[in-house]
Amino acid sequence: MLEVRFHGRGGQGAVIASEILATAAFYEGKYVSSFPYFGVERRGAPVTAFTRIDSKPIRVKTQIYNPDHVVVLDHSLLNLVNVTNGLKDGGLVLINTIKKPEEIKIDAKIVATVNASEIALNHSLGSHSAPIVNTAILGAYAKVSGVVKLESIKRAIEENVSGFIEENVASAEDAYNFVRVIQK
Amino acid sequence: MKKMLTGNYASAYGAKVSKVKVVSAYPITPQTTIVEKIAEFIANGEFDGKYIRVESEHSAMASCIAAENTGVRTFTATSSHGLALMHEMLHWASGARLPIVMSVVNRSLGPPWSIWSDQQDTISQRDTGWMQIYTENNQEVLDSIIMAYRIAENEIVMLPAMVIEDAFILSHTMEPVDIPDQADVDEFLPDYNPKFKLDVSEPMGFGSLIMPEGPFMEFKYKGHESMNNALKIIDETDILFKKKFGRSYGGTVETYKLDNAKYALVMMGSTASTGKEVVDKMRDEGYEVGLLRIRSFRPFPKDKLRNYLSNMKSIGVFDRSYTFGYGGAVFSEVRNTMYGKNIPIKGYIGGLGGRDVTMNLIEKIFLDVVNMSEKGQDKDYEWVGLNGDKRWSQ
Repeated sequence: MLEVRFHGRGGQGAVIASEILATAAFYEGKYVSSFPYFGVERRGAPVTAFTRIDSKPIRVKTQIYNPDHVVVLDHSLLNLVNVTNGLKDGGLVLINTIKKPEEIKIDAKIVATVNASEIALNHSLGSHSAPIVNTAILGAYAKVSGVVKLESIKRAIEENVSGFIEENVASAEDAYNFVRVIQK
Repeated sequence: MKKMLTGNYASAYGAKVSKVKVVSAYPITPQTTIVEKIAEFIANGEFDGKYIRVESEHSAMASCIAAENTGVRTFTATSSHGLALMHEMLHWASGARLPIVMSVVNRSLGPPWSIWSDQQDTISQRDTGWMQIYTENNQEVLDSIIMAYRIAENEIVMLPAMVIEDAFILSHTMEPVDIPDQADVDEFLPDYNPKFKLDVSEPMGFGSLIMPEGPFMEFKYKGHESMNNALKIIDETDILFKKKFGRSYGGTVETYKLDNAKYALVMMGSTASTGKEVVDKMRDEGYEVGLLRIRSFRPFPKDKLRNYLSNMKSIGVFDRSYTFGYGGAVFSEVRNTMYGKNIPIKGYIGGLGGRDVTMNLIEKIFLDVVNMSEKGQDKDYEWVGLNGDKRWSQ
């Protein structure tokens, strides 16, 4: 079983990101579940969401404590939340930031970065103060994790996102192409 | 057709394919998305039902009672304080023998304020005369609503039913769910056509005053008999459901690796799903453990429990609810059921207010149950997973 934890801020779409990833894997014939850690429903507040993907039915109904992958939708959370808490050895952390992966001081074997905020804004998703980065970060995730195909992410966006579908798909494609990764 | 659905959307689809005619509800987190989805279905013309908006849960149930009395299938959904506010009307629905089906999303009762899961809300309604079916995944939520109508409307049952799912753990979790074909559901669940109903062309009175010598007690005794009849009907309906749709949940009780087990843990709701994963892990390590999941808390499947648990060396019972000053409700029922068998039985209370019931915690409970058969029972029951308690740290 593969376990992914998303860290974001209210309004960025972390919960929807966990659902789109699960849906994309579901299209590829996998068993999946995705769920939020439901906290205060407030724009800007830290949000956690989870996705599980497996080749057999998923029975575990707990939160994820030892993720294989961590996706961070807002780089400012790095100062606020221990995003690598419980991360498995050899785990992957993908961060939305202007920085290069080499510049990120974090305890993870594989670090990837993408400027998802800029990509989202290029496609008119959200505002300067609150870009909606979830679809961009999923494009980057498809590339660096290899867990799902970009085509499946695009289909999951097309069939489940209401509004700005072309922009969201283009955003995922751009992030897929621009994401950078290093292995320590 | 397989679709990615939350537990709440699975519930809404369950009501839709059951061809419910009247829905009356009041929003409350974490139930709200059930009735939102139904409102959307009705607005789109996909769901041929009447949606009645009301000012409270008490009125929601009152509307369902009135509508059901005219002989149509009704549905509502609620949680926590909303369910508590319905309390009076719950008695009315069962006393009037109205097979209403209601989705309940298990949420704690405040204060302290909490929107997260425990089973305190439904357990508190144990004696209202409603059947209570607890589920462990989203597919089971949908399937159980279809089955609940067939069970509740059975002539020898005619009692209302709650189909219960854990807040967020199911209600807001997306899983692949198979939505059965309408034609198959229509064959499995015929139209509701009760013998007695409000009809202006054939006037009839319901719920009138009965003197102490009159058949009040007899009415209640018939309700009691019908609840017992439901045990058989729930089990039979599960078998028929499997024939039609290929899925089975065990009816009143589901067991997991219990046949050759010596130590059992009894659970209810989605924690049992995680519990099965723990059983597999511990079986690999050589522990002879198994799990029993109670699906029907009312009616209580006492004969099946005695049958399944009589050969155990020791038994644990996990309650996601509490009775101040005593052990959990499920624990009390299980221990009563096993009276005279001389098997050590211990209760564990945890997971309140949405506190995660982890694999680690369930494993610790299993180990305590295993030790109990060797070293004797230390306590009748205890609270597990309290902050600062190292023995039961999550």
